[in-house]
Amino acid sequence: MARVARATIASASRVFYRVMERPEAVAASSKIALSEREPAARARRLARRRTHGRVMISLTWIAGTVAILPLVAIVLYLMVGGASAFSPSFFTNVPAPAGARGGGMANAIVGTMLLVGIGAGIGVPIGIGAGLFAAERRGTRRATIVAFVADVLSGLPSIVLGVFVWELVVRPSGRFSALAGGIALGLLIIPLVTRATEEMVKLVPSALNEAAVALGFSKWRSASTVVLRTAMPGIVTASLVAISRAAGETAPLLFTAFGNAYWSVSLVRPIAALPLQIFAYAQSPYDDWRAQAWAGALVLLVMIAAMSLLARSVLRARLALVRGSRIERPSTIDAERGV
Amino acid sequence: MNTAPRTTAPSLELRHVTAGYGPRSALRDVSLTCRGGAITAVIGPSGCGKSTLLRCVNRLHELTPRASVTGSVRVGAQDVYAPETDTIALRRGIGMLFQVPTPFPTMSVYDNVASGIRAAGNAPRGSALADRVERSLRRAGLWSEVVDRLDGSAVALSGGQQQRLCLARALAVEPHVLLLDEPTASLDPLGTQRIEELLYELRGEVTIVIVTHNMQQAARISDDTVFLLDGALIEAAPTRRMFTAPSDQRTEAYVTGRFG
Repeated sequence: MARVARATIASASRVFYRVMERPEAVAASSKIALSEREPAARARRLARRRTHGRVMISLTWIAGTVAILPLVAIVLYLMVGGASAFSPSFFTNVPAPAGARGGGMANAIVGTMLLVGIGAGIGVPIGIGAGLFAAERRGTRRATIVAFVADVLSGLPSIVLGVFVWELVVRPSGRFSALAGGIALGLLIIPLVTRATEEMVKLVPSALNEAAVALGFSKWRSASTVVLRTAMPGIVTASLVAISRAAGETAPLLFTAFGNAYWSVSLVRPIAALPLQIFAYAQSPYDDWRAQAWAGALVLLVMIAAMSLLARSVLRARLALVRGSRIERPSTIDAERGV
Repeated sequence: MNTAPRTTAPSLELRHVTAGYGPRSALRDVSLTCRGGAITAVIGPSGCGKSTLLRCVNRLHELTPRASVTGSVRVGAQDVYAPETDTIALRRGIGMLFQVPTPFPTMSVYDNVASGIRAAGNAPRGSALADRVERSLRRAGLWSEVVDRLDGSAVALSGGQQQRLCLARALAVEPHVLLLDEPTASLDPLGTQRIEELLYELRGEVTIVIVTHNMQQAARISDDTVFLLDGALIEAAPTRRMFTAPSDQRTEAYVTGRFG
């Protein structure tokens, strides 16, 4: 294969040099080159290539537009549907009883933050650790098992996680709780982060790890300070995607966090969450509740987008700095710099 | 150039080293002594086991899955493959450069050089650490070029600078052996010359083993040369003799460019 390629390149470059030396002679000996001599034919070919280029660029533009269209449509729909429910009280009040006016989703907004915080606190560290293990020990039996199980778990319907945590936490403790909801979301996040970390760590050139080990780094130190940190931008992005997915999940919370119409930030009591509140309100018969469901959905969307933007900007700032050395710079260096 | 300089650097001794990857053997029964403080060049065609030979000395070879090695390797008085050998301490005493420069991309120039020192535990802090970083960068001939960008990214340096940064990083932990796996393969002639000059300055202080594809390089900088072919050691001799009067026909064919 390689030999054929080399032969092709060799013959192509021979032709090229022949053209360079005696263009007329080669032109006379080849049909394509003959037409190249005609200015009209050349212009036609050029025009055809230009058109081809324009068509292709237009197609990519259309594809790009179609891809973002659903997002734009959803945001518009949420704004129109939820407009009537938006008011300061939406962000400060807890849900009002049916028929009463002026209820809000303050408890659900805080509840979602708390649940997602617990879920991320459990899921991201364990996921990164498991992913690092699977990548660093690749080829071993245990690493294969970890990767396989993570694959299976990430394909598991999220309602199953809810039922599992109900059996594991809610039933023994005898109550729905924020903690149970957070654990369910954590279990959802773990496999996603595991797989992403594994992929990102595998992308880090093994030469970096070898260089660190040859320098006298322990395996752990090389993995954490060289390999993992090199893979970090990708891991952070993937973790955000996982956290965003968890923030929007309803099913794992149904039997765990359960929802709460009142203000609560207790870890051991049922807690409200935006997806649960949206779920409950969207199928209610009351117009103002349905409007609140739209508004809640928009808030959820904005929260996820804001988190994503924030993390990206923090990451970019850190990468730009390249973690300057933490020690104070001695005067000798400053003096040399001044020179 | 034939007489090695007076030195305290340890010699390397390989005795009946056989190494491989799974069923494939890369080195077959290689016995070899590299004089302390001298520069030993390892030459041979691609895939003849040159890199494996280096990687057996600092036990990097065993990081590869299914890698195997038998025989004995000694660095000075230390038995590299003894069960009680602390590989981390061993590797700390043996610096290594690779074909492609390997600066840590998330660290600054300064932190790259400091990383090995910090990894060694009870590392100096503050100005003591900065002094060592500066000294290492000066030894690698890089100080004047990076003095105003110590906090900058290491990967923003040119290829030659990156390789000298890796040399500074290796020297910072004060190794007594340097293993160089085609350190100038990805550098331009000027970068190559800088590295060669630096190696020549280190001669006597450090035992250097350099794998190279470049026969002129081997002839220029080494005291002794080792010729490997298909995992077997064909000839090991003082460089001058190797290139003028090799005792094996295959060596002669190789050094005169008739194959490989």
